[in-house]
Amino acid sequence: MKRFSFSTLMLVLGLLFIYLPMLILVIYSFNASKLVTVWGGWSLKWYLGLLDNTQLMGSVARSLEIACYTAVAAVALGTLAAFVLTRVTRFKGRTLFGGLVTAPLVMPEVITGLSLLLLFVAMAQMIGWPMERGIVTIWIAHTTFCAAYVAVVVSARLRELDLSIEEAAMDLGARPLKVFFLITIPMIAPSLAAGGMMAFALSLDDLVLASFVSGPGSTTLPMEVFSAVRLGVKPEINAVASLILLAVSVVTFMVWYFSRKAEMNRKRAIQEAMDQTASEAWQPQPQQS
Amino acid sequence: MSTSTMSTFNQALIRVLPSGRKLVIGIPFLWLFLFFMLPFFLVMKISFSEAAVSIPPYSEIYNFVDQKLQVLLNLGNYSLLAADDLYISAYLGSLKIALLSTLMCLLIGFPMAYGISKTRKEMQNVLLLLIMMPTWTAILIRVYAWMGILSNNGLLNAFLMWSGLTSSPIEILNTNTAVYIGVVYAYLPFMVLPLYANLVKHDQSLLEAASDLGSSNFNSFWKITVPLAKNGIIAGSMLVFIPVVGEFVIPELLGGPETLMIGRVLWQEFFNNRDWPVASALAVVMLAILIIPILLFNRSQAKEMEARA
Repeated sequence: MKRFSFSTLMLVLGLLFIYLPMLILVIYSFNASKLVTVWGGWSLKWYLGLLDNTQLMGSVARSLEIACYTAVAAVALGTLAAFVLTRVTRFKGRTLFGGLVTAPLVMPEVITGLSLLLLFVAMAQMIGWPMERGIVTIWIAHTTFCAAYVAVVVSARLRELDLSIEEAAMDLGARPLKVFFLITIPMIAPSLAAGGMMAFALSLDDLVLASFVSGPGSTTLPMEVFSAVRLGVKPEINAVASLILLAVSVVTFMVWYFSRKAEMNRKRAIQEAMDQTASEAWQPQPQQS
Repeated sequence: MSTSTMSTFNQALIRVLPSGRKLVIGIPFLWLFLFFMLPFFLVMKISFSEAAVSIPPYSEIYNFVDQKLQVLLNLGNYSLLAADDLYISAYLGSLKIALLSTLMCLLIGFPMAYGISKTRKEMQNVLLLLIMMPTWTAILIRVYAWMGILSNNGLLNAFLMWSGLTSSPIEILNTNTAVYIGVVYAYLPFMVLPLYANLVKHDQSLLEAASDLGSSNFNSFWKITVPLAKNGIIAGSMLVFIPVVGEFVIPELLGGPETLMIGRVLWQEFFNNRDWPVASALAVVMLAILIIPILLFNRSQAKEMEARA
């Protein structure tokens, strides 16, 4: 019993350690004082000031645009990769494929960023594309590493799916593509949504990859924040940071809520179907005879 | 068009087009090969070239003159890395910080994951969400939050002086201590999540059997839970150790001039000195150091996948 209470204590302390700094940051973003360490009463002026900062607003729009493209592409690519990893058991180079899918999760970003930049430079020399680096090159970089996260989330779901449902559909004559779109996709939909949101959030965050592969005039929000933060703590940055925290928290909560709801609906449907078959099977039928 | 020509056309089309299976494997494979694997070979190639004042700022390593293909491998970048103390101490500094902070994450994260796995099912979902949420939040912002707390006139020093523990502010920001705090803070969730995923699958009856046979709680924890959690420990440790070796944001914002980490040096070589060949050589050596941990991580992932199937 003693160890149990120790782990609970560590859990509480760990969560405090994770959340306290963020809470402090949000509180100080409402600080009226220009000095970031002195409390001068509540104020919204840093938030209102953000609206006039057109450079910052431009980078916010650019980051959101890239994050949207990344989420779509990463879900498509990551789901394909997860499907191959869980359903296509034997093919040449499977070990290499598995390594290529999971390695981006841990690869230091400076290495990935540098290597992608060198690729884009070499491609521009050889085939004349990409002529200038910007949104497209950042999108490619983000898609590559976000797809790995999507693949992990989706393959976990694919693995616990009941294969017999897909097999039943195929026995009834459905082609694999039809099975995939009509049976598999709806069943893994919550994890697709979770993967997509994750890719969106990761893309919105990324500083290092974007710094390497962006070109002049395509500064993203993290790059903008980083160049300001390097010079020290500023109240305007507190406000931006709080808004990002709010956006990510809302998105995370939504993913969690909807995937939970879908899961509960699915369980209830299965339960109801089983109850129904059970009651039908046990229905005494002496009246008819 | 008659039906027969139509069907021969279809057959020809089927022969030309790759089959569905090949397409499903081929698309992600091709993407990852082109944008993840191939670039590493380019980094390797450019690490053997010389810096030049041109666009792009490096010399070509081969030329083709008079039907002779000449390949010039410049080893100068690597001998520079071996000769200059700055680079060697940056590698060692990165490894030390990564190793120690992985250990700290494990010591803090294991009880946390254990605690989560012991709560009720609904509570587990809520706690997991609380752990997961920060990993989706900009690392930049979470590190920035610490800048305000750790600075000389920040909250932590204000608290220490108020409580009478010190009379003058302690310098924490821009030291290695701040880097350790930042790294543990940023990477703790990556340790907890795989550990939890592993611990929650453990069969409780094993522990009950052990305690029926008179094993103490500590003994059964050490002899049953820890060995069973091996794959989770490896996965969590690698998820922390490998990225921290190449970490740039945390040492740049929280560290001081004495914080030498290789990710930061690579960044400076690339962006400040515009020396692409040296930056490439730094990346190649970093990858060579990390290749064994990366393979270990990939293997533990593969095992984890088999275990669940």
